[in-house]
Amino acid sequence: MTDDVHEHELNAYVDGTLPEARRLEVEAWLAAHPADAARVQAWSDQNQSLHATFDAVLNEPLPLNLVRATLRPALPVPFRAVAALLAMMATGLVGYAIGLNAEQAPAAPVYLARDAAIAHAVFSPESRHPVEVDAAHADHLVAWLSKRVGTQLQAPDFSAQGFDLLGGRLLSGETGPVAQFMYQDRIERRVTLYVRRAVSGNKVTAFRHAAENGVDVFYWIDGDFGYALSGQIGRKAIQQLADAAYSQMIPASGKR
Amino acid sequence: MRARPDLIEHLPRLRRYARALTGDVTRADDLVQDTLERALVKLDLWQPGSDLRAWLFTLMHNLFVNQIRIRRPRETVLEDALDEPVSGGQMEALTARDIHEALARLPEVQREVLLLVGLEQFGYAEAAQVLGVPTGTVMSRLSRARERMRQMLAGEPAIKLKLVK
Repeated sequence: MTDDVHEHELNAYVDGTLPEARRLEVEAWLAAHPADAARVQAWSDQNQSLHATFDAVLNEPLPLNLVRATLRPALPVPFRAVAALLAMMATGLVGYAIGLNAEQAPAAPVYLARDAAIAHAVFSPESRHPVEVDAAHADHLVAWLSKRVGTQLQAPDFSAQGFDLLGGRLLSGETGPVAQFMYQDRIERRVTLYVRRAVSGNKVTAFRHAAENGVDVFYWIDGDFGYALSGQIGRKAIQQLADAAYSQMIPASGKR
Repeated sequence: MRARPDLIEHLPRLRRYARALTGDVTRADDLVQDTLERALVKLDLWQPGSDLRAWLFTLMHNLFVNQIRIRRPRETVLEDALDEPVSGGQMEALTARDIHEALARLPEVQREVLLLVGLEQFGYAEAAQVLGVPTGTVMSRLSRARERMRQMLAGEPAIKLKLVK
């Protein structure tokens, strides 16, 4: 049935791994062979269905026993985590130290940076499903995420910095829904903006910087919400984007 | 001191894969936990600079295979045991339940390949490395898995759902 196009190539077509020239040939073959085209379409639908069924797992809050299992060390203490916390506390977060000793204050800034960095690390490498709603539907995206997160959000415009909006997605965090906007520049470097409700009591903070596993995060609390911008484009570049985001959001968030 | 690679950022995807693989929340998270424990013990064997994610999935695969052996010592895994009726009708919108059931009926070796490639976006060579089989085996399992899924998913709605329209 597929004398000219091997079965494996039909699979490779679905997975987007054919060289461009061969991809076009396979496409032509499919146009002339509807039965194969139907199979290929069904396989492609399967991939979509798998994502539709299981991607929600990515957004679930991580079970604490599993988080602990990543830290329980060969070494006696999760040295790096402790060192990171000490470093952050030393740089001015002592005021939040109360929030560090328990799971009760998940949105304390330290957690905000960590969670934002994890969400960045999880979603930014996705080649086919980096976002749930793409930038072509930006108005819908912003309206939807604003409604779910509970504040009027805006997707900052980073075009002056060379980054275009790719889209966004809804995540779940320990304080409720989380919005993640993703941007990409011409060489496909990605940054994400992570927004969620902050723990009550933290009204305003200045910019903070954290480096989590090589991801630079600039984060701040404004009113009831925490914002974190993450990326691996160098600390200075992230800071410029964070400045741009902050200044653009002041009017929208009713800066106090 | 040697820097420890961070496992936590791989946690969401390990959980997604385990959930799809086992079809069960508790069993999936147990599998993830076992994988992490194994990873911490064997971390010295991981080559810095190589793909940590692929390595973690390899550990999970090995644990999963062992579990299957223990759970069903006598049952052999037949790659082409099922022959499902094909409705010939158009594909209805698939529900999560349809997907779960079809995956559960897929032989494990095919399920793994389908999920690694179709859900986790591993390349064929990477998937082969994770599973410890030649790339050609990955290709043929993938092909069979997709055809099997297609038959089951095309067949199921006609059997299970009465369309009210």
